[in-house]
Amino acid sequence: MTDRTSKSILPGGTRARRSLYWQYLVEPYLYLSPAIFLIGIVMMIPLIIGISYSFQSIELLKPFDTGWVGLENYQKLWSDRKFWLALENTFWWTFWSISFQFLLGLGLAMLLTTQFYGKKLFQALVFLPWAVPTFLSALTWAWLFNPVIGPLPHWMASLGILSEPYNIMGDPNLAMWGPIVANIWFGVPFFAITLLAALQSIPNDMYEAAEIDGASAWQVFTKITLPFLAPMIAITVMLRTIWIANFADLIYVMTGGGPANSTQIVSSYIFTTAFRKLDFGYASAIAVALLFILLTYAVFLLWLRKKLVKT
Amino acid sequence: MTVARSKPILTAGKYAALLAYLTFALFPLYWLLKIAITPDQLIFSEGTTLWPSSLTLDNFRTVLFQTDFLYYFGNSLYVSLGTAAATTLIAAGAGYAFSRFDFGGKKIIIAIMLITQMFPLLMIIAPIYKMVASLGLLNSLTSLIVVYTAFNIPFATFLMQSFFDGIPKDLEEAAMMDGCSRFQALRKVIFPLTLPGLGATLGFVFTAAWSELLFALMLISKNEAMTFPVGLLTFVSKFSVDWGQMMAAGVLALIPSCLFFIFIQRYLVQGLTSGAVKG
Repeated sequence: MTDRTSKSILPGGTRARRSLYWQYLVEPYLYLSPAIFLIGIVMMIPLIIGISYSFQSIELLKPFDTGWVGLENYQKLWSDRKFWLALENTFWWTFWSISFQFLLGLGLAMLLTTQFYGKKLFQALVFLPWAVPTFLSALTWAWLFNPVIGPLPHWMASLGILSEPYNIMGDPNLAMWGPIVANIWFGVPFFAITLLAALQSIPNDMYEAAEIDGASAWQVFTKITLPFLAPMIAITVMLRTIWIANFADLIYVMTGGGPANSTQIVSSYIFTTAFRKLDFGYASAIAVALLFILLTYAVFLLWLRKKLVKT
Repeated sequence: MTVARSKPILTAGKYAALLAYLTFALFPLYWLLKIAITPDQLIFSEGTTLWPSSLTLDNFRTVLFQTDFLYYFGNSLYVSLGTAAATTLIAAGAGYAFSRFDFGGKKIIIAIMLITQMFPLLMIIAPIYKMVASLGLLNSLTSLIVVYTAFNIPFATFLMQSFFDGIPKDLEEAAMMDGCSRFQALRKVIFPLTLPGLGATLGFVFTAAWSELLFALMLISKNEAMTFPVGLLTFVSKFSVDWGQMMAAGVLALIPSCLFFIFIQRYLVQGLTSGAVKG
């Protein structure tokens, strides 16, 4: 860049302005344009189209019945009992998944900051579930819960949790635990990795000072580790909550939303409506509702975080 | 921590916890492998024992040579590698711009990228289906690559940015003083230093593309163009009783992503750490 400006014969002022213009407007966008272009075409434009779909009737199975319908899809949504059930299911699905993922992930990250024999191998193996393709995690756990080829029903029966070894994913009261367990298994490594990264960035002299002062392990954890991790935890939990609430793959593969919609969450309901019924208008209305709920949640959490940081 | 060294009970507890985590992480995968190598006639009598009385590789042989498995595998490999390469290249550019330039509109672009991480991707499944259909690109693997690339760019960009942030600015400034253009400096000085970062991003995107299911289900319906997840799901419904074959196919599907992952997971923690230090 220096050679370019020095070669030009323009007077000093213009040259500086030109260089500023180049550096401020043109050069960064040369590096950014492919990313912006793709995100625009594949994500932002469809997003806008998707919102507009929610005000239309678009059913691929009824090609002559398309057109603007105003708020009809939303009215239908309001009185759709399946949607409210799915909303409730989404809450429990997300709540239990994130709670266990976070606690187990934190435990694992803390263990990984200590020294022990074979740590590198341990770390690689224990993070492995994250690399397992989602559809395969789903199938694997579905098989584990199957009494014909899976051990879990038999174990649960002999522990007295189940009266007899049957598939809990056929029981509307318990079915949700199938995908939740699979989700915990799949998500613990993610939390462990992010929390481990955050733990490693805590300055070591803090711990040394605490040790000199004779602090107990519990004190070190609550007075140094947690406060340091708090901002990281807040942001990770928020992003992850949203991600899990949207995460339909496991449920779609393991239970397909059944039995009797007992495991249908909002995002799997969107997918079934779009994919099975090809009702794009209604699917988009559900999606907009979900987006709105998640946005409210995110804004609330950010507001909470701001308030907590201030005091 | 020195606490563990001084108290044997704590040490024992720690190793018990390590063992519990390891079992939880590996048992399902062990089971997958176990059923895959159990002979068909033993599945119903010994389906739930920890170790079958005899082993076989028949299931793998059948899956490889008598089903469309290799098709699906090849399609997935093509899509995942294509996505990983395209995403990494584009995200490296974007990450570099975020790391090194202060420019007009930077905040807005970062905000848009963050938003794309938050809204339900399923929200755009219907519009994308219609767009792809109207271009006549249904059942085309290229359309999958384009869609996956866009989905992965935001996260990959942030990842690359944190790697670039870890490289001192002085390095390329020195090179530029010596008469390199910025792009030359990037190529000759910075590029070799970001290789771990590029590797991590490549691996991360590869695994993500390898496991994507719902968009592939929507956009692909022809058997020849099915990626592995879609293929395996139809496999499940087609041969819903042949457990051994399905699990053998599952084991084979696991191999590429696990290989990638074992290779990259160290860099991933590294990359996230440097990002965390920054702020």
